[in-house]
Amino acid sequence: MFNDSLKQLSERLVNREISSVELTTEFLRRIGKLNPQYNAFITVDEEKSLTQARDADQKIAAGEIGPLTGIPIAQKDIFCAKDWLTTCGSKMLSNFVSPYDADVIERFNQAGAINIGKTNMDEFAMGSSNETSYFGPVRNPWDAAAVPGGSSGGSACAVAARMAPAATGTDTGGSIRQPAALCGISGIKPTYGVVSRYGMIAFASSLDQGGPMAKSAEDLALMLNVMTGFDERDSTSLQREKEDYGRDLNKPLSGLRIGLPREYFAKGMSSDVEKAIEQALDEYRRLGAETVEVALPNSPLSIPVYYVLAPAEASSNLSRFDGVRYGYRAQTFQDLAEMYRNTRAEGFGAEVKRRILIGTYVLSHGYYDAYYIKAQKLRRLIAQDFKEAFKQCDVIMGPTTPAVAFDLGEKSSDPIQMYLSDIYTSATNLAGLPGMSIPVGFGDKMRPVGLHIIGDYFSEARMLNIAHQYQLITDWHQRAPDL
Amino acid sequence: MQWEIVIGLEVHTQLSTQSKIFSGASTAYGAPPNTQASFVDLALPGVLPVLNRGAVERAVKFGLAVNAIINSPSIFARKNYFYPDLPKGYQISQYERPIVEGGSIAIQVGETEKTIRLTRAHLEEDAGKSLHEDFHGMSGIDLNRAGTPLLEIVSEPDLRSSAEAVAYAKTLHALVRWIGICDGNMQEGSFRCDANVSVRPRGQEKYGTRCEIKNLNSFRFLEKAIDFEVERQIEILEEGGSIRQETRLFDANKGETRTMRTKEDANDYRYFPDPDLLPVEIAPDWIEQLRASLPELPQARRERYVTEYGLSGYDAAVLTSSREMADYFEAAARQLPESAKLCANWIMGDISARLNRDGLDIGECPVGPAHVAQLISRIQDGTISGKAAKTVFESLWQGEQGQDVDAIIEIKGLKQMSDNSALEKLIDDVLAANAQQVADYRGGKEKAFNALVGQVMKAAQGKANPAQVNAMLKEKLG
Repeated sequence: MFNDSLKQLSERLVNREISSVELTTEFLRRIGKLNPQYNAFITVDEEKSLTQARDADQKIAAGEIGPLTGIPIAQKDIFCAKDWLTTCGSKMLSNFVSPYDADVIERFNQAGAINIGKTNMDEFAMGSSNETSYFGPVRNPWDAAAVPGGSSGGSACAVAARMAPAATGTDTGGSIRQPAALCGISGIKPTYGVVSRYGMIAFASSLDQGGPMAKSAEDLALMLNVMTGFDERDSTSLQREKEDYGRDLNKPLSGLRIGLPREYFAKGMSSDVEKAIEQALDEYRRLGAETVEVALPNSPLSIPVYYVLAPAEASSNLSRFDGVRYGYRAQTFQDLAEMYRNTRAEGFGAEVKRRILIGTYVLSHGYYDAYYIKAQKLRRLIAQDFKEAFKQCDVIMGPTTPAVAFDLGEKSSDPIQMYLSDIYTSATNLAGLPGMSIPVGFGDKMRPVGLHIIGDYFSEARMLNIAHQYQLITDWHQRAPDL
Repeated sequence: MQWEIVIGLEVHTQLSTQSKIFSGASTAYGAPPNTQASFVDLALPGVLPVLNRGAVERAVKFGLAVNAIINSPSIFARKNYFYPDLPKGYQISQYERPIVEGGSIAIQVGETEKTIRLTRAHLEEDAGKSLHEDFHGMSGIDLNRAGTPLLEIVSEPDLRSSAEAVAYAKTLHALVRWIGICDGNMQEGSFRCDANVSVRPRGQEKYGTRCEIKNLNSFRFLEKAIDFEVERQIEILEEGGSIRQETRLFDANKGETRTMRTKEDANDYRYFPDPDLLPVEIAPDWIEQLRASLPELPQARRERYVTEYGLSGYDAAVLTSSREMADYFEAAARQLPESAKLCANWIMGDISARLNRDGLDIGECPVGPAHVAQLISRIQDGTISGKAAKTVFESLWQGEQGQDVDAIIEIKGLKQMSDNSALEKLIDDVLAANAQQVADYRGGKEKAFNALVGQVMKAAQGKANPAQVNAMLKEKLG
C-alpha cells in the first residue's frame, strides 16, 4: 500500500477497502517509525490529520469524492496552514502558528486531501542539502549518510521513504527538482505564475514557484490539477483556464525532438550521472524521440545571476522578520536597534544571514547598477537562449544535478560548491520555465540519478506525458529504499 | 546681501479610497488600534499585495488635472528600512517610472499668477503609527493606517517665498478636493507637506544647500516653518557659516525647526522594483474615460470668472478655492450676471464671515445662492439699502419666513422710501428743524451737509435711499 500510486489509493478508498482514517493512521505510524531517523517532518499533528480524515470519510460516504479525497499529502513547511506551526525551517518562526491557509493549502483542503504533516526544509528555502534547517538535517532514505538535497528535502525524503504518498515543494533555483533527483522521486516546478504564491513564505518572489513531488508523473499530474489555478491574492498568478495536466499522459512520443544543451553535457557532470542520463536518452530514442544538440550560451551565467537576484529579493522579503509582531524576539536588548540586531542575529542561521548580506550589498547605492541591473539584463538573455532553443526542439533534457547525493557535511563549509548543485536548474527559474526531474537509475554508492526535463511555457501536460511514457517502460520510479 | 529663497514642496495626499492600496482593509479614520489591519497590513509571512484600482484611478485623475504625463507602465518599488510601524521592513512606493511625471499648477499670489512645475507624483502606502505613551516604557504599534494609499506630489524648486509656498499648498489642496481624490482633512493627516528650503545670493544660479522640513500639517505651520528656516539659514550664511544638508522637524510650540537627522545618517533605501507587483499598464481608453469624468478645473474656472464675470484675478482665485465655493458663486452669479462682482463681494464678505462665526463650510451654508441672488437684486432695484440687506441676510440665515426674501423685507418694514413726496416732506421737516445747520452749509461749511443727510436718514429710519436723499437735499439747498 505504501507503494501505491495516488490513483490506486483513491480506488481503495472508493471501494471501501480502507477508510481515510485507516490510511492516514498507517502513514502516521510509518512517520512515527521512520521520522526519528530521517527527520523529514518538522510538525506532525495526529489529531488534526485524523480530523481531516474523518471529514474525508464522510465525503466519501456521501459520494463526494475527487482524485485526492482522503489521501494524505505532506506539506512543505513553507506553506502557511491555519492553526499549524509554520516555521519555514527557521528559529525565527519556530513559534509561529499561522492564522490562515496558503492558497495551495486551501486547494488541498477543498479537494479533501489530508495534511499529514509539515516537512522539513532548508531555512527559508535557502540551501541545497537541507542542512540549514533549524530543526536539523534530513537524511537521504537511500543512504542515511547522504543529504536528501534541498530545499524541499523533507518532502523528497517523505515521498522516497514512503512516509507520504505525495508532497508539496517549492522551487526557487532547483528546490523541487534537485531533492527529487537526489531522493529518486519525481517532481515538477510549473511555469512561474501557475501555482499561487499566496501563503507561501517568500524567498525570492520573482523565482519562487510551488509544485508537487511524488512517485510518478501520473501522480504529479493529479497533484498539479489540485494545486494550480488563478488566485487574485497573488498579482503574479496567471489568469488561465483550468487544465487537466493528465490529459496527454498516454500520447506516443514518436517525433518528439529532445534538445540536449551542449553546455550541460560539456563538463562538470560526473561519469556515473552521465551514464544514467545516456541510458535514459536511449530509452527515449527507443520510444521514437530524436535528440538534437542545442545551445544555451548564457546558461553558465545562471548561477552568478541567480546569486545576485535571489539574495536581493530575499534581503527585502526577510525584513519583516524583525521580532516586532510575531515569531522569535531576542530576550535581551537595550533599545530598538539592539532588539532588531539581536533578534535577527539569533533568529536567522548562517546561510540566511549570508544571503541577506549579499542581497543588501547588491542593492546598495553605488552597486545596484553593477549587480542588480546587470543581472536583470543577463536574466533576459538567459530566457532568450531558451526561446531560441525551443525553435529546434520540443523539450530540453539533461542531468538534474552534476552528481548524486553528497554526504552530510561534505559541502556545508563551502557555499560555492553547494550553490553549484543548482547549476542545471536555476536557469529555468530565471526564465520562468517549467522544469521537472524524474528518476532514471543509480550512480555511485547506489544513490539515485535524476533526469532534468525543461519544457516551454505552459507545456506541463506535455512534459508529464514525456515522463509518463518513460515510466511505462522503466521501473526506476517504483524503486523504493528498503526501510 | 540680497538673498533669494528657493522652496520645493513634497505633499502627501491621502487618496479617498474605501480600502487600502494593497489590501482590502478599511481606510476609515479613528477606529480602535489594529482593528483595520488585515493579514497583509500586518505583513504576516506569505501574504502578498494586490493593487487597488481606485488608487490608480485617483492618481491618473490628478495627473490629467495638472497636464502631466501618465506613465504606462508605471513601476512599484520597495523602499527598504526598519521601523516598528513599517511592518514589512519596506514601504511599497515608486522610484523609477512614477505614475505621474511633470505637469504644473498655476498659483495666484495677490494679483500675480505664477506657474509652479511639478516633478512627479507617485503612489505609495502609508506606514502605521508608533504610540509612545501609556505603555509603561514600551511602545505601542497601531497598524490601522499602514497601507493607506498616498499620492506624493513633488514640486520643482519654483517657489520663492513662504507666501508662494502657502499659495501653492492651498491651490493643490483645493485641486485634490475639487477632483475628488482626497478629502483634504489636515487634522487627520490627509494632506501633509514636507518643505525643501534653501537660500542663495540673488542672481546666483546654483542652488544653496537645502534642508527638508518634515510633516507640516497646516498652512500656518508651513509658513512659520519656512520663515524660521529661511532666517536661520541666512543668519548662518551671513556669519560666514555653511548649511548642513539635513532633515528638520518643526516644533509648532516653539515656532522653530530643529535637526532630525543629517545626510550622513540618512538611510540607503535600496530601492528595487517590487517583484510581487506587475508593472502597471494603464490603457489609453481608461485614461480618456477618466479625462472625460473630470469636472471643469479650478484654473479654467478662475480664468472664466475673470473673462465672463469681469472679476479680478484675486477674487477669482478666492472664489475657486473650493469647488463648493465656486459652485455657490456661480449659482448666484448666473442669476445676476450683471452684478457678479456684488455676488462675489457678498460671498467673500458677509457670507464668509458669517460662516466663519459658526465654523461652517460653504457647502453647509443655510442660505442658498438663489436667496443671495434675490437679496442682491433687491438692493439693485432699490427696494432695500445695503444695510437693510444685512438684516435680511441674518433673517434668511435664521430661516425666518420660510426664507422668503420679500416676505422678510415686508414684515421687518425694511423697504426703502421710494415715494418722492413722502421723502420730500421728511426733508422739509428736517430742514425746518435744523435752521442753524442749513445756515452753516450755506455759509460754506460742507460738513453741515453730511449732518443733514444723517438727520434725514434717521428720520426715515434707514429706509431712505442715501443717494436719493443726497440728490434731493442738494437740490433744496440750492
